[in-house]
Amino acid sequence: MFNLSYKTQRILILFGFLTIPVLLSLTFSYYPALSLLYYSFTDWSGLGWEMNWVGFDNYKEIFSRPEIFGVFKNNAYYFVGGLLQTAVALYFAIVLTSRLKGRNIFRSLLFVPYVLHSVAIVIMFRNVYHVEYGSLNIFLQAIGLDSWQHAWLSKGFANYSLAFISIWKYFGLTMVIFIGALQSIPADNYEAAKIDGASGWQTFRFITLPGIRSVLELMLILTLTGALEAFDIPYVMKLGADDTHTFVSKTIDMAFKFQQAGLASAMAIVLLLIVIAFIILQRKLLFREEK
Amino acid sequence: MERQNKAWTIFRYVTIAIGLFIVFFPIYSVLISAFKTKVEYYNSGLALPHDWFNFDNFRKVFKVGRLGLGFKNIFIILVVSLAGNVLIGTMVAYALGRFDFKMKKPIMGMYLVAQVIPMITTQVATFQVIKFLGAYNEIYAPMLLYLGADVLQIVIYLQFVNNIPKDLDESAMVEGASLFKIYRSIIFPLLAPATATLIIMKTISIYNDFYTPYLYMPARKLQVVSTAIYSFVGPNAAEINVISAGILIIFIPTLVIYLFLQRFIFAGVTNGAVK
Repeated sequence: MFNLSYKTQRILILFGFLTIPVLLSLTFSYYPALSLLYYSFTDWSGLGWEMNWVGFDNYKEIFSRPEIFGVFKNNAYYFVGGLLQTAVALYFAIVLTSRLKGRNIFRSLLFVPYVLHSVAIVIMFRNVYHVEYGSLNIFLQAIGLDSWQHAWLSKGFANYSLAFISIWKYFGLTMVIFIGALQSIPADNYEAAKIDGASGWQTFRFITLPGIRSVLELMLILTLTGALEAFDIPYVMKLGADDTHTFVSKTIDMAFKFQQAGLASAMAIVLLLIVIAFIILQRKLLFREEK
Repeated sequence: MERQNKAWTIFRYVTIAIGLFIVFFPIYSVLISAFKTKVEYYNSGLALPHDWFNFDNFRKVFKVGRLGLGFKNIFIILVVSLAGNVLIGTMVAYALGRFDFKMKKPIMGMYLVAQVIPMITTQVATFQVIKFLGAYNEIYAPMLLYLGADVLQIVIYLQFVNNIPKDLDESAMVEGASLFKIYRSIIFPLLAPATATLIIMKTISIYNDFYTPYLYMPARKLQVVSTAIYSFVGPNAAEINVISAGILIIFIPTLVIYLFLQRFIFAGVTNGAVK
């Protein structure tokens, strides 16, 4: 190898270093995405390879059967929860970058849920939410708030409880990202504002907010796409029972439980297009800013 | 002004206390339940356990829930996937970051677009690929997916490789080093900070992953931690004390990583967001 000219070496390196990674990416990212598109126009069951072309029938079915497209309303719980989470995380990020004793310890502690195992978290909350023996209801009783007790995982209430788990897990992550953004705002700006006699709200409105705008936008898009892709929490907790299906858990069931892979593929394509549309929107916003 | 500041400080501490309470209340209930007997669990509410040295629940969940097997399987998957990710990531970053060639733009574009495709949406089709390759219900199904479908490592390494001065390559070439040697003794070691962050972030995400092992490895002997605890809970739903012990054990590995390598984790999440 040492005697080869750099030109030959270059070719060897390029082929040697890129062939396998590119093949992997084509096989596991691009081929699935393209075949998904093809399946979405067929009546394929997912078993065997028999399939017939059905045109846009699957897509029509998605938009005409409310029990399919309608599950997006359950994703809305996660979205609203995500907005709440962003707001709370921003508040704590501001508090923990202000002058405060113990702020580093508080930051580390509030981040803990993000590193915990996600399935174990859901199971943990299943026990916390238990009607009779769950620690939440026991706690509410102990502090005299009996009237707040609930069947937290019952139909009609479960989606709130599930969305809360998502907030609980991810709020520390959002907070740490905001802290990173806040720390990148030059301290001089705040000094100047102080000298000019700006109020706390004015400082926030005219220095903090513009300084973190791009991160804030990114967090909102991530909240949105994260809510659209919510799956683990409702699936592990309820298997979609009691009206807790999200669009992804419905898609997975449609494909692997009800053997309607064609329809499931069309659902996946719909979701893919929505997610990509939002991501492009975000990039556009970012681009406009850089201009 | 002075009084206002004091009120603001109190308000901040009160909200932090509420936040900490909400974060640690569920963890506290798991912690105390894990050391209680079944009868004790159903009678003692939020009280501390009688005996902090009652490890029966831990023994039981390890045995019946086969957590040991779960840890072993996820460990194998982690080692192979991480090694592969580091290797592929650094190689691609070196090839794309240091050379100009016709296919460079298309390959770069390919990775950027792949980053946008949400993996969970394409599982219906990915499943067929895995089946076709004969990897269904084999331990290399998740390995292949963690290697091929996730491109985070390439994006991270590409950023880092551009920060390594090209002079280093050139002076090595003057001394007659081969390109492979430049990759191995200059680029690879200098990418170490990125590698550290990447390994930690990927360890957490692979360890946490539920749907890949759930969909692709339903065989009992291939259970990983996620699927082991998931299938333990169904038939043993009444034994919340034992389940709690399982949850606690599963929490520990990433908590330990977090305890010692917090700096890298914070760097990882902030970099990921700002990119």
